[in-house]
Amino acid sequence: MTKITTAQALRQVQEDLKKNFDPTKKLVTICAGTGCRGYGCIKVKEELEAEMKKQNMDVEVRATGCFGFCEKGPLVIIHPEKIFYQQVKIKDVPDIVSKTVANGEVLEKLLYRDPETKETVLKEEDVPFYKKQLRLVFGQNGMIDPTRIEDYLIIGGYTALAKTLSEMSPEGVISEVKKAGLRGRGGGGFAAGIKWEGSRRAHGSPKYVIANGDEGDPGAYMDRSLMEGNPHSIIEGMIIGAYAIGASEGYIYVRNEYPLAVLHLTMAISAAKEAGLLGKNILGTDFSFDIHINKGGGAFVCGESSALFASIEGRAGEPRAKYVHAVEKGLWDKPTVLNNVETWANVPLIISRGADWYNTIGTEGSKGTKIFSLVGKINNTGLIEVPMGMTLREIIHDMGGGIPNGRKFKAVQTGGPSGGCIPENLLDLPVDFDKLYEVGSMMGSGGMIVMDDKSCMVDVARYFLNFLQEESCGKCVPCREGVRRMREILDDICAGKGREGDVDLLEHISTGVADGSLCALGGSAPNPVLSTIKYFRDEYEAHIKDHRCPAGVCKALITYSIDAEKCTGCMLCSRVCSVGAIHGEKKRAHVIDDDTCTRCGACIESCKFDAILVK
Amino acid sequence: MINMIIDGKNVTAPKDTMLLEAIRGAGISVPTLCAHESVSRSGACRLCVVEIKKGNRTRIVTSCLYGVEEGLIVNTKSDRVKNVRRLVMELLLARCPESDLLQKMAKEMGIEAQPRFTPDTDKGTCILCRSCVRVCEEVVGVSAIGLFARGSRKTVGTPFMEQSDACIGCGACVYVCPTNHIVMTSTGEKRKIWGRNFKMQACSKCGKFFAPVDQLKFISKKTGTSMEDLAVCTECR
Amino acid sequence: MKKTANFTAKTKAIVKKHGGDRSALIAVLQDIQETFNYLPKEAMNTVSTMMGIPASRVYEVATFYNAFSLNPRGKHIVKICVGTACHVRGASAIQDKFEQKLLIKPGETNQDQQFTLELVNCVGACALGPVVVIDTEYHGQMTMNKVDKIINEINKEGAQQ
Repeated sequence: MTKITTAQALRQVQEDLKKNFDPTKKLVTICAGTGCRGYGCIKVKEELEAEMKKQNMDVEVRATGCFGFCEKGPLVIIHPEKIFYQQVKIKDVPDIVSKTVANGEVLEKLLYRDPETKETVLKEEDVPFYKKQLRLVFGQNGMIDPTRIEDYLIIGGYTALAKTLSEMSPEGVISEVKKAGLRGRGGGGFAAGIKWEGSRRAHGSPKYVIANGDEGDPGAYMDRSLMEGNPHSIIEGMIIGAYAIGASEGYIYVRNEYPLAVLHLTMAISAAKEAGLLGKNILGTDFSFDIHINKGGGAFVCGESSALFASIEGRAGEPRAKYVHAVEKGLWDKPTVLNNVETWANVPLIISRGADWYNTIGTEGSKGTKIFSLVGKINNTGLIEVPMGMTLREIIHDMGGGIPNGRKFKAVQTGGPSGGCIPENLLDLPVDFDKLYEVGSMMGSGGMIVMDDKSCMVDVARYFLNFLQEESCGKCVPCREGVRRMREILDDICAGKGREGDVDLLEHISTGVADGSLCALGGSAPNPVLSTIKYFRDEYEAHIKDHRCPAGVCKALITYSIDAEKCTGCMLCSRVCSVGAIHGEKKRAHVIDDDTCTRCGACIESCKFDAILVK
Repeated sequence: MINMIIDGKNVTAPKDTMLLEAIRGAGISVPTLCAHESVSRSGACRLCVVEIKKGNRTRIVTSCLYGVEEGLIVNTKSDRVKNVRRLVMELLLARCPESDLLQKMAKEMGIEAQPRFTPDTDKGTCILCRSCVRVCEEVVGVSAIGLFARGSRKTVGTPFMEQSDACIGCGACVYVCPTNHIVMTSTGEKRKIWGRNFKMQACSKCGKFFAPVDQLKFISKKTGTSMEDLAVCTECR
Repeated sequence: MKKTANFTAKTKAIVKKHGGDRSALIAVLQDIQETFNYLPKEAMNTVSTMMGIPASRVYEVATFYNAFSLNPRGKHIVKICVGTACHVRGASAIQDKFEQKLLIKPGETNQDQQFTLELVNCVGACALGPVVVIDTEYHGQMTMNKVDKIINEINKEGAQQ
């Protein structure tokens, strides 16, 4: 692409691209996010292309960013009719091409079928999973090929940047972002505009802007989907932010496990530079700004700003006490604005459409939308974007389609390892930064892990404390030693060795760890324990006093047996049992020897008659 | 000068001092384990925490790293502060049950070992205060030792846990270690530290072995002083 | 000897590519790991000398981040996702099964250097959970039965080659 040197020229380029873009033209888009790649969507794409060739059809097959509905991947949309196909397999490809693409004929079996009404749904937006969503930030993912800057320009990409540079002062940008009430999407929920203002006022140069893409919360992958699916939106947001605070250099810190995100961001940066939208004299103005990519080394603590700076500086990611704020002394002790990837992606929207418009979305204290990853024991696993203030019930039941296998909802864990578990009686809670905090959890980066009655809340608390023990940097005593001791106690409780007074002791340690830790990792580490104690104390008591795991998870507290009435004597379980604990004759009910049984679950997995009982 | 109220008393302190010094200057004792005067501060031990009040907001801060501020109201003995200190001591006692220093401090603070914690047997008396690592980097300038791994597996040692070529055997780490964790054995002409044997230099005047040859070589290289000049012990100089 | 020389030459090239700035340490180590599949001691020492970073600091970084392995890894890397979504869907049973099948614990490599077992905190393919990534291949909705099948399959392929 030739260099664009004025805002006017950018408009021209966008218009020229639009002229060549015919919305009535046939096009096939296929979701190529990491989730769908896991289902083998790339092979489906190749097959679609080969089939088009075979049938002499000149139709583009476009691999786009993530559509969000991971449960039903691979996902394919046939344009211009926008026919939405799910769970597409290679063997479906010939029919898709010859019938749907060529003749507009709909293949019923590939449509989404509502599990309740049993009716099929033709278009993506009518699928219940999507119906209540407001996909402002995430919606463009499905239309663009993230490796082509042209696709982003056609949908109006970089218009906000042109507006910023040609019409707005840095102070004007900051005041717009402040007015919009944009809060950081990475966890803390700090007002972005105030951060920017602080950094603009701070002395010292150069100044830096950083996008935090080190998405470390297990079960959260919305940032990855943005980096993979719409990298230019993040870059555009960062350039606008850099202009506002007067930064000349920026970094995107990407999680090590996200190779595709690194690839797409790298391509986007070089394309933006080539187009004159990044680098020296952006759009012909005096403003210059460059972005580097840093691959994280795999450390959850690097989500903490001072640890992230240490990592970019090439050191072990240990946080330091932050009494001088990063906006004054951040990366290399220079003024730095660090925002999460999703926060940056909101910026172009605010600039293009204005703070007043942005203010109409969301709640009093939390404006705009939020992307959540809805995972765990949920029918519709995937990424959703909703206006702030949507209730947990709407999210879990209406979009998520409820709990699989007819089981009962127990809790939803939000905010990652620093967050908490929210029980059923709070399902009508409108989700925003403040409301989640009030009930002992937090927004975090937006992970929502749904649990059913087969999830043991003590085990879940232990899981998070184990995670945090591994991920603590080990610098300060309360976090390094306190989290370990809490985990040891939780280990004991799960192993049936819990003692009277353990719950109180856990609370005592929690308070000290929360108050005494050096950084926010330790400061919030007790949350999973405190929130499970608060809402599921009876489960702790059952483990400690009755030596019972009500959910049937903790191995030391459960026994396996065989329901003689259901058992057909098929012998499958005795064959898969690796320790030889199951005995019985063919066509006769089998028995499990409790002393030998390791409760590995292989028999449950193999039994076709639901005859293995866990108590 | 900066004016503050610490534990109800009006206290003044020079600008740019840390809260810890201001508090101690006012005659109030604050326990610390990682704030050694020879090295920079890290805020690792968390014993020096205090509660501060600014406007309506109270919070816990690390006094060894928090600079004095006009009008600050400081409470060094609030329940929250005591609770953090108690927990830190309980945790350290469980980590290093053999440490005499910790036993003594705990006694003074009226804190006993938490019986629910199983005492560690593999940590020696190392509390990971990092004074040794910092003195080696900041004062000696060789960075022979470091802090490896993370979380509860964090340890101090030489790279690859092998004998280090960078170590000059000076023993500064031993000197700053508050809990006598680092073992250095000197037997006349030989000194052993961090698993490596060092040849000692005999004083060219009195004949006493006084410093590792490698340390003198390092000083010679750094300052340009000849090895002959350095081969005299401090007493004979 | 030859192996050491190989480490040194390749490491030198990697350091040069990054320009030798100290802040590039993590990127340099990542490239070394990609080249050798782990961080050889010789390579780390070369990095220390060339970049002017004390060996203790290089070792600190190498042992701090999950991405680095200090031991040679097997031909196939088995990454079990232990993210929260996979955990509540039974990832620990899958982990137990892999440990049993390969006779190694996470972080270890089996005797014939075929498999290294690793745990990863979420691969972001939660719809596939419990999920295991072997080399670059995703295996979703894992069951204990599938563990046997997959490993036997890989062993069979290896034997054929």
